[in-house]
Amino acid sequence: MSSDGMNWYGVKAIYHFEMARWLRTLGQSLAAPVLTTALYFIVFGAAIGGRMGEIEGVSYGAFIIPGLMMLSILNESMGNASFGIFFPKWSGTMFEILSAPLSWKEMLLGYVGAATTKSMLLGLLILVTARVFVPYEIAHPLWMLAFLFLTALSFSLFGFLIGLWAETWERLQTIPMLVITPLTFLGGAFYSIDMLPPLWQKITLINPVVYLISGFRWSFYGIADVHVGISIGMIVLFLSVCLLTARWMIVSGYRLKK
Amino acid sequence: MVDASQAIVSIQGLNKRYANGFVALKNIDLAIRRGEIFALLGPNGAGKTTLINIICGIVNASSGTVIADGFDNVAQYRQARSRIGLVPQELNTDAFETVWATTSFSRGLYGKPSNPAHIEKVLRSLSLWDKKDEKIMALSGGMKRRVLIAKALSHEPTILFLDEPTAGVDVELRHDMWQVVHELRDAGVTIILTTHYIEEAEEMADRVGVILDGEIILVEDKATLMRKLGKRQLSLQLNQPLAAIPESLIDLELELADDGQTLVHTFDAQRESSGVAEMLTRLAELGIGFHDLKSTESSLEEIFVNLVRKPR
Ligand SMILES: Nc1ncnc2c1ncn2[C@@H]1O[C@H](COP(=O)(O)OP(=O)(O)OP(=O)(O)O)[C@@H](O)[C@H]1O
Ligand SMILES: [Mg+2]
Repeated sequence: MSSDGMNWYGVKAIYHFEMARWLRTLGQSLAAPVLTTALYFIVFGAAIGGRMGEIEGVSYGAFIIPGLMMLSILNESMGNASFGIFFPKWSGTMFEILSAPLSWKEMLLGYVGAATTKSMLLGLLILVTARVFVPYEIAHPLWMLAFLFLTALSFSLFGFLIGLWAETWERLQTIPMLVITPLTFLGGAFYSIDMLPPLWQKITLINPVVYLISGFRWSFYGIADVHVGISIGMIVLFLSVCLLTARWMIVSGYRLKK
Repeated sequence: MVDASQAIVSIQGLNKRYANGFVALKNIDLAIRRGEIFALLGPNGAGKTTLINIICGIVNASSGTVIADGFDNVAQYRQARSRIGLVPQELNTDAFETVWATTSFSRGLYGKPSNPAHIEKVLRSLSLWDKKDEKIMALSGGMKRRVLIAKALSHEPTILFLDEPTAGVDVELRHDMWQVVHELRDAGVTIILTTHYIEEAEEMADRVGVILDGEIILVEDKATLMRKLGKRQLSLQLNQPLAAIPESLIDLELELADDGQTLVHTFDAQRESSGVAEMLTRLAELGIGFHDLKSTESSLEEIFVNLVRKPR
């Protein structure tokens, strides 16, 4: 235990454990999302994009890059973080985490920290992959990294919550499949909200993913569906809600302790 | 009971009601002495694992307090837990990790800087050293059990819980484990173990606690327990078989066995064998001769079976 009262060795142990799990299957962990993204570029960027005009001065292929990155980051963050905490619950090795001198902060730093790292690495890899298909420029690289980080963090945390909450494998899959996938597809990954009929433009705004993608796209091309400040505000709000929920779940032992 | 200064684990008024309403522990008061080996015995479902899991922070108590080495296990969970090691009953391990990695992981989890020399010592003491680079899934059940023990010892706990450490372990390995446990005790570690092999408790424990239907029904020094509750028997091989016990001997606790060829006298171990001299004199007076005699003491196992079988 270090002088600040934090169990940093415990954080490190969990972080390494989670990273090692990922590295063991690195090919699989990276190949699948990169391949999927490449297919999106081929189908949407090249095949369909060729028939579409530019959107606010950005070629369609380049326009979808931020959305595609978000799509992968959301999926990876949630898949990775939810599995990371669900698996020990399911296999029974959770007893050791529960009996160790770890606070909710340390558990989150270890598990969510590792999932965030993995998602960010994947996001950057996709960015590099995109280069093969379309030229692009990044207007605000630091903001781009900030959005990347905040999104990876928020959704890793959200995934962690799902993993904590889920008691069966089915439940673990349900939320990402039934909620997140539709929200990302309807969140403007492949189109600008301006293209929607007026009523749908309003309805779309209750979808939190819209703010993510819009903000992220702004960091690339300086164009946005909603103001970038609102985007950041929404992410921070979402992050805070997840954080408070996670703290409550771990401290009370909800779905963790009998 | 033990006074608090001596107790390294002190449990007061502990109750556990599971979510389905089942009451697994009823008002448990228990004090474990520093440096002892305490055996917690009880039939399946008595509440042994529940009790251990509450102390270790895996299960929430419904009410009551647990103090481990002076620290409340809820309010001061960091201090309390970093002193405790747990070998769980279930063989839950990370299949894809190596023995070395999983043991080092445990040490870190408990807030200790890495110490390869200590990990090596632990693995060697459990004869796991040659398996250190193997994945856990490639190990046998008994080996996995040892890995769990190694993990529990990785952070140098002062209190060690062993929940059925020798279940499914062969005789040789069991003796090895006893050896390890004795060495730990000599090094000052307090050990609380549960087992269904009563001989194990008999061999190892300083004190024994019996739990039945969520209640502690007895806590006693093993030696005292065996003296108090143990029975002794004296069997005489008679020269001539008897059809019945002679009337003049009816007041003595005698039974006939082997078609009247053996006369068995049973008495509480704590009562001095004054009755024996009396019996032998009277037998001589009646002219009943015998050519052999044998005295036996009941084991902890028999004592235990009698305790938990008794209708209460
Ligand atoms: N999660 C749970 N929900 C409801 N009841 C439970 C739960 N876990 C255990 N029990 C019940 O509590 C009682 C005590 O269980 P426990 O595992 O503590 O027994 P034990 O003494 O360790 O038994 P064994 O010798 O079989 O390991 C049992 O009747 C069991 O069915
Ligand atoms: Mg048990």
